[in-house]
Amino acid sequence: MFEVVRGDPQADRVVPPSGFTSWLTVFTSGAMAFLAVFALALSFATGRLADRWASELAQSSTVRISAPLEELDLQTRAAQEVLRTTPGVARSRILSEEEQRLLLEPWFGPDLPVEELPIPRLIEVVEDADGYDAEGLRLRLAAEAPGAFLDDHTRWRRPLINAAERLRLLGWLAIGLIGASVAAMITLAARAALAANAQVIRVTRLVGATDTYIARAFVRRFTVRAFGGGLVGAVLGMIAVALLPSASEAGGFLTGLGFVGWQWLWPLVIPLLVATVAFWATRGAALRVLKEVT
Amino acid sequence: MIELENAAYNYGGGELLNDMSLRLQPGSFHFLTGPSGAGKSTFLKLCYMELVASGGAVQVFGTDVRDLERDQIAMARRRIGVVHQDCKFLDHLSVAENIALPLTVSGRDVQAEQQNLNELISWVGLTSQQNQRPPELSGGERQRAALARAIIMDPDVILADEPTGNVDWEMSQRLLSLLIELNRMGKSVLIATHDLNLIRMAKSQISARVLRIKDKRLQLAGADL
Repeated sequence: MFEVVRGDPQADRVVPPSGFTSWLTVFTSGAMAFLAVFALALSFATGRLADRWASELAQSSTVRISAPLEELDLQTRAAQEVLRTTPGVARSRILSEEEQRLLLEPWFGPDLPVEELPIPRLIEVVEDADGYDAEGLRLRLAAEAPGAFLDDHTRWRRPLINAAERLRLLGWLAIGLIGASVAAMITLAARAALAANAQVIRVTRLVGATDTYIARAFVRRFTVRAFGGGLVGAVLGMIAVALLPSASEAGGFLTGLGFVGWQWLWPLVIPLLVATVAFWATRGAALRVLKEVT
Repeated sequence: MIELENAAYNYGGGELLNDMSLRLQPGSFHFLTGPSGAGKSTFLKLCYMELVASGGAVQVFGTDVRDLERDQIAMARRRIGVVHQDCKFLDHLSVAENIALPLTVSGRDVQAEQQNLNELISWVGLTSQQNQRPPELSGGERQRAALARAIIMDPDVILADEPTGNVDWEMSQRLLSLLIELNRMGKSVLIATHDLNLIRMAKSQISARVLRIKDKRLQLAGADL
């Protein structure tokens, strides 16, 4: 690998550059690096999303109190007392009518007369870093306020997190497939270049060149081209990601696609990976072809 | 240095060479003759390991060719200078670069050996053509360039396949003189040719053995030359 980076001008002269394979390598590497940047961005974005959902939803839960109107205040006070004395609960508060109206607004529209509807009362519970024992709290609520029901969001939090994890996995899988595609395309291009230079290979073998020497001349050329193409593709991909709309609550997941902080360094690894893939793909192809030459 | 013992070579189901035995000693001079298609080029290819004998044994520098790894074959070829009938140049390189090719592929610094290279190019009379491309050379110039490439690594053995095949008589004499000079320097020389006049001229200057391929077998000739 070091010799590839260092180069050998004499050896490079022996193998003439072959037109279409060089462009094929540069274009393939560039295009694949561009796609890999997006796959990487997707993977990071879903990772952030999963983490956010997990932390936000894990730290808050809701106690819903459904009781006859005359018992509602009593059970609410009892539930608040239970929450106040529960280890792991940092704070709790009753959602105001205005907040409940806002929660229902997407379904019923504005101007909903919340005070006239028999809707349950909601208490937002925020847990501390240690968290609370959900089962214990449920039992205590059942004893003190029979109309209170604890919703710790577990039921619908898990599928969301699972979905985000799957998306993150798909992002990495896409990067793996992109790498395999680069290897396949460069192998084909290398074999074409080797076939186009059959006479060069034959003559150099006859005057005493080792397989490693001949392979190195091809490997260096393809590795350098792949790195150059990969670098251009990665930079263009980063620019494209940077130009995406910035994250917003209204835009949801798609506007959050991108890199944050140190994550911007990750796409710069892609050209190195592309070059590494090109190195091994060309070397493998060259040594296989050379075995057929006496 | 190169030894064939009952070597045979089959091609396409047919027997091309059979029962070939020869020992190339240091400083020897051999001619290999025979009609076109007799197998002279095939014989040389067995000697420089482009082909592997299908029977018998071929030893190069003391090792059976079948026991050599691919890299060992490449190393052994650096000790054998070959002048191919069709020269086998790389047309994108200059004449000087083609002559220096064995140095280049063996990882030696061509710049450091520039003086030797210039002397060699001058010796074969190609100083003014050294920057040209091989297709621009005449037949004789190509053969001299091929000879220069064959000896740039100071090989122990020189194998030449019809080196005078495409040149006039004057150039044939010049090429032969160069090969005789190399032999006098201690190189072992084997020339495959069907040019009997060339053989007669060589025998008038040096002690050369003449071998003939007849009926797929190697015979000692000479009495009729």
